[in-house]
Amino acid sequence: MGRVLICAEHDGERLNLSTAKCVSCANSFANDGIDIAVLSENGGAIASEASAIDGVSKVLHIDSNDNGAPLAAIWAPQIAALATDYSHVFGPSTTFGKDLMPRVAALLGTGQLSDIMSTTDGRVFQRPIYAGNAIVTVDASACSIIVATVRTASYVAAEEGGNATIEHRATEAEIPSHTRYVELKGDTGGGRPDLQTAARVVSGGRALGSEDNFKLIYDLADRIDAAVGASRAAVDSGYVANDLQVGQTGKIIAPDLYIAIGISGAIQHLTGIKDAGTIVAINKDSEAPIFEVADFGLVADLFDAVPDLIARLGR
Amino acid sequence: MVCLKRVVDYNVRVRVKPDGSGLALDGVKMAINPFDEIALEEALRIRERDGAEEIVAVSIGSTDCQQQLRTGLAMGADRALLIETDSDLEPLAVARTLKALVDREQPDLVIMGKQAIDGDNNQTGQMLASLWDRPQATFTSELTIDGEVATATREVDAGLEVIEFDLPAVVTTDLRLNEPRYVKLPDIMKAKKKPLDVIAIDEITDDTAPMFAVTNVAPPAERAKGIIVDDTVALVAALNDKGLI
Ligand SMILES: Cc1cc2nc3c(=O)[nH]c(=O)nc-3n(C[C@H](O)[C@H](O)[C@H](O)COP(=O)(O)OP(=O)(O)OC[C@H]3O[C@@H](n4cnc5c(N)ncnc54)[C@H](O)[C@@H]3O)c2cc1C
Repeated sequence: MGRVLICAEHDGERLNLSTAKCVSCANSFANDGIDIAVLSENGGAIASEASAIDGVSKVLHIDSNDNGAPLAAIWAPQIAALATDYSHVFGPSTTFGKDLMPRVAALLGTGQLSDIMSTTDGRVFQRPIYAGNAIVTVDASACSIIVATVRTASYVAAEEGGNATIEHRATEAEIPSHTRYVELKGDTGGGRPDLQTAARVVSGGRALGSEDNFKLIYDLADRIDAAVGASRAAVDSGYVANDLQVGQTGKIIAPDLYIAIGISGAIQHLTGIKDAGTIVAINKDSEAPIFEVADFGLVADLFDAVPDLIARLGR
Repeated sequence: MVCLKRVVDYNVRVRVKPDGSGLALDGVKMAINPFDEIALEEALRIRERDGAEEIVAVSIGSTDCQQQLRTGLAMGADRALLIETDSDLEPLAVARTLKALVDREQPDLVIMGKQAIDGDNNQTGQMLASLWDRPQATFTSELTIDGEVATATREVDAGLEVIEFDLPAVVTTDLRLNEPRYVKLPDIMKAKKKPLDVIAIDEITDDTAPMFAVTNVAPPAERAKGIIVDDTVALVAALNDKGLI
């Protein structure tokens, strides 16, 4: 077994928790050390954060003007250049990692494993297919470097408490000019907890009927300090922004509590919440598939039940 | 160039075979991967909006993929290519095959779905762009083309990221890029006359050996059966009991 390299995800200022989740995955099998690659522009603070994750030996920091935005075409050759010293190269299975890691793998001439959920020995992995309807066990022993994305909902973030050395590295790859970052149009989320890491999440579906009615979901979420999520139908209908979509093609989350309101429970939605601790469903149709996975189901009209809940949970 | 993968229809709930050898897929309904259908629709719109000389639909797989290619032709692709193989190729092998095709066909744009809903890998577009040494715009929900330069809005975890890139390039589609058109009967008739070439994969590449071995396929862990509560009072009590609120 060799060393594991993890590609750090960050927003230019702070490290994303997904990085520490990749460290947990790497910690779950015997290896010769875990290093983190931080690519950034003026990202000294990010490198320090990475060095404080428990279990990390080294942080390889490439700080350069090229690395201001996480463009896969620009980052992949730099990661690939670092990767040759490693047996494993991991990234999170967030949009960041999904964009980057296959590009890295192809540069290294190897395949990639997506969404690894567990491994016993760092050679054989479990991952979901068909929207989580099946779990395959894949043996990657034939790969000289194993490149993978880590399903973040399957791992608890490694704690702080480490004290890794930070090594400054120069870019050793040719950086293409064919891809240029323009801007990120982000929603600040109104100061609510982040959907991907929140302990509690309240999600609304098509049944909300309008952007205005979706306020009910925000109100309930605020009562219990929850993040807000949505089904694809709610996003497609324009009630909320795309980054709130939960499911096969949205975010895969694992909160302690997930409350689904006016969501039918299509398989594509359920795959995003299977790892939630407790699932609550409020739906007026007692036959809705969401009740098959709910720990607590309430058959009711949401326009009665949700205001009632908000009143009962009054601060 | 648009890539169309033949997959199990998204409405089918697939079942795992009891012996763990794979999935019970005999006789299930097959369809174009929904994300690829969006990719083809986008190509058609680009042609209608900005002009495109030709739209080539490509599928890699068994002879049955001709059904999906015919649907693609009926939607409006000009010609189709089936790269025939009976092996279930890994994403890198698909990307290598597509790279060989790109060298032959010299497209200005390759569009495909961000993932196929069977393997859920989300890799092929990125790998093709990497092997081709060209830009990639993954998870695209808006695409504009202005001469040799394109602008894509990408659905990322933090919101919407806008990037600009030079053509040729690879674009992978997200759900909200467009709503694919329905195929009309006369189009199906017309599609029968459009060219669909079948080429054996070894004529394109010999670099498709698998790197991974699937050793088991299992159903996911089931959640314990829950309960139906009578009203919000009972719900709040239950959540309080578990210390969740
Ligand atoms: C390739 C692909 C990928 C997809 N990816 C995703 C994904 O990532 N995430 C996702 O969520 N979906 C995804 N989908 C879509 C998915 O198949 C469903 O269409 C979608 O999840 C439905 O959203 P919904 O439950 O809000 O709407 P609906 O299915 O319309 O359900 C609305 C529910 O609200 C209930 N209801 C109506 N009125 C009330 C009321 N007054 N009070 C209480 N209940 C009420 C109804 O009984 C119903 O159960 C995907 C689909 C495809 C094809």
